[in-house]
Amino acid sequence: MGAKTPYYDKHVEAGARIVDFGGWDMPLHYGSQKEEHHAVRQGAGVFDVSHMTIVDLGGERARDFLRHLVANDVGKLKDYGKALYTCMLNDAGGVIDDLIIYYLSDTRYRMVVNAATREKDLAWIREQAKAFDVEVVERSELAMIAVQGPRARALAAPCIDAEYREAALGLKPFYGMEAGEWFVARTGYTGEDGWEIVMPAADAHAVWDRLLAAGVAPCGLGARDTLRLEAAMNLYGSDMDETISPLDAGLAWTVAWEPAERAFVGRSAIEALRNSPDRQRFVGLLLEDKGVLRNHQRVVVDGVGEGEITSGGFSPTIGRSIALARVPAGDYDRVQVDVRGKLLNARIVKTPFVRNGQVRIDV
Amino acid sequence: MSELPGDLLFTNDHEWLRREADGSVTIGITDHAATALGDLVYVELPEVDQDVDAGGEMAVVESVKAASDVYAPVAGRVAAVNEDLSDDPEKINADPYGDGWIVRMALADGLDESELMTPDAYQQVLDELDD
Repeated sequence: MGAKTPYYDKHVEAGARIVDFGGWDMPLHYGSQKEEHHAVRQGAGVFDVSHMTIVDLGGERARDFLRHLVANDVGKLKDYGKALYTCMLNDAGGVIDDLIIYYLSDTRYRMVVNAATREKDLAWIREQAKAFDVEVVERSELAMIAVQGPRARALAAPCIDAEYREAALGLKPFYGMEAGEWFVARTGYTGEDGWEIVMPAADAHAVWDRLLAAGVAPCGLGARDTLRLEAAMNLYGSDMDETISPLDAGLAWTVAWEPAERAFVGRSAIEALRNSPDRQRFVGLLLEDKGVLRNHQRVVVDGVGEGEITSGGFSPTIGRSIALARVPAGDYDRVQVDVRGKLLNARIVKTPFVRNGQVRIDV
Repeated sequence: MSELPGDLLFTNDHEWLRREADGSVTIGITDHAATALGDLVYVELPEVDQDVDAGGEMAVVESVKAASDVYAPVAGRVAAVNEDLSDDPEKINADPYGDGWIVRMALADGLDESELMTPDAYQQVLDELDD
């Protein structure tokens, strides 16, 4: 028996198959993972993401602290509510976690970090925060959902207090806002439009019931994974971990090298890697033969070398198997993957595979 | 969970067998196995006329979540495979004991039913899993 989120009883009520996820009893699916996947691509789905860790930072030097702590630069954040996706690195340049930071003011930020990494993240953040006298407050009492899909905002809007509804509907992508005791952000992990909504646990059941009554499909961790894979969004622990730098996980775009004098944790380590000529590539793969690509399968590039699938699976939207993989440097687009002892043909494609309901690769 | 068909025999690996009139056996996976795997997206079938040992890998069923081996419960030669599963692997989810059959085998030896479970015995295994 693991920890339970405020929505747990609602998952059981909706017929969820409950699995352990990082110590939490979470819904894997409510009957059909594929149908939940399609609901998010075509309509709207709701995910319980209360297991994720919300951390509020406060203090005169909060901005300086975050410019030290993470590889992207919160100095870029000027507008209230603007979100920043970033990696938090160790001294060797490996990824401790990936996270989102919301800018509320120069002295106030909200971070959302992964569930499975909660303890080490909090220990690291608190240790690093000491020198900056920043207050680190975990908000484990809050509930959080992601409502995702082309109809998500329209169907979820009535749940938001009338006083804040119009402002919430006016949020631009990758912005969030406080709405009384709630927090609403136009972010997600599916490649679709939608909101992530933080609320007091006392509001959780009523909101869940209202969303389901409005036709929003309850969606489990299974669909969350196939949706994020189609959107080519990295999964911590699969695509990167403490031994992998963001540069080797397709996350170079999240590293702010300028200004050069900003000495964030891990900077010197990844700077040394930056100009190395034989950098591995982090690519999307489309399986051309029948079968399913899975994590850790060996990628064989004829005459070049070998790589590994970091996230593989079946794409319900495309109807074929896709993957993210780390492969050797070189100019090629055909590879083979060792699938249960057979070498199957796959092609390197430009990611994302799917975005806003549309297949974005040539199939 | 639905009632188990009375004419089937079952294994601990959640496979089922049906004795056909010509002495061959039809093999599939149980509703419990299909439900645990989730929506199936790919089935790797053996070659017809391939010899299979008892306990040997006979097919692979892959769901959105995971791949799972299907082991041959008895030794024999593959007499037929359910080609429809190539295009529609979800037949296994929809009708595991009917359209979702996987392989038909000609037995190398007789069928040793002492190694297999009756529907009642398999139901008991399932009941214990639920506890």
